[in-house]
Amino acid sequence: MLICRVVGNLVATQKNRKLEGAKLMLVQPVDLEDTPTGATFLAIDSVGSGIGEKVLVVIEGKAAGQALGRKAAAVDAAIVGVIDAVDLVSPA
Amino acid sequence: MQLARVVGEVVATVKDANLSGMKMLVVQPLLASGEPVGRALVALDSVGAGVGENVFFVRGREAAFPFYPGEPPTDATIIGIVDHWNT
Repeated sequence: MLICRVVGNLVATQKNRKLEGAKLMLVQPVDLEDTPTGATFLAIDSVGSGIGEKVLVVIEGKAAGQALGRKAAAVDAAIVGVIDAVDLVSPA
Repeated sequence: MQLARVVGEVVATVKDANLSGMKMLVVQPLLASGEPVGRALVALDSVGAGVGENVFFVRGREAAFPFYPGEPPTDATIIGIVDHWNT
């Protein structure tokens, strides 16, 4: 799973029927220091996240389909958690 | 999934039998800002998208799912046409 920041949401009337009713969010992967890394992408939101929140994102098709609760859905990324905090042990 | 703009079409007469009748579009991935990012690629179309439209596509094994029970050999398929997005 990736730690990402939700940076936007997206509206699409015409879409694959397995995606009907699903919330689509634009997410930006971040590193442990909260610095953006790599390109933004789209993820299905199954937990009710909002713009600006730090979230946990799966980037694998089967896991994303499970998060959506639909079999054989054409999704490859899903938000599966809203992160409260990440506790790190700094290397001595 | 990835946000992208359709920038072209691909015509291929000789292709895998499972790709016959499929529309193939050239898509340029976009950032949330609308800036192009990375290399353009070819994706199958499952929603009736056209050149100039903003779309989103799915990658990997799941790219074949919109065509079930067909099994086209694809690793990228357009699954939605974007109305708008907010950042």
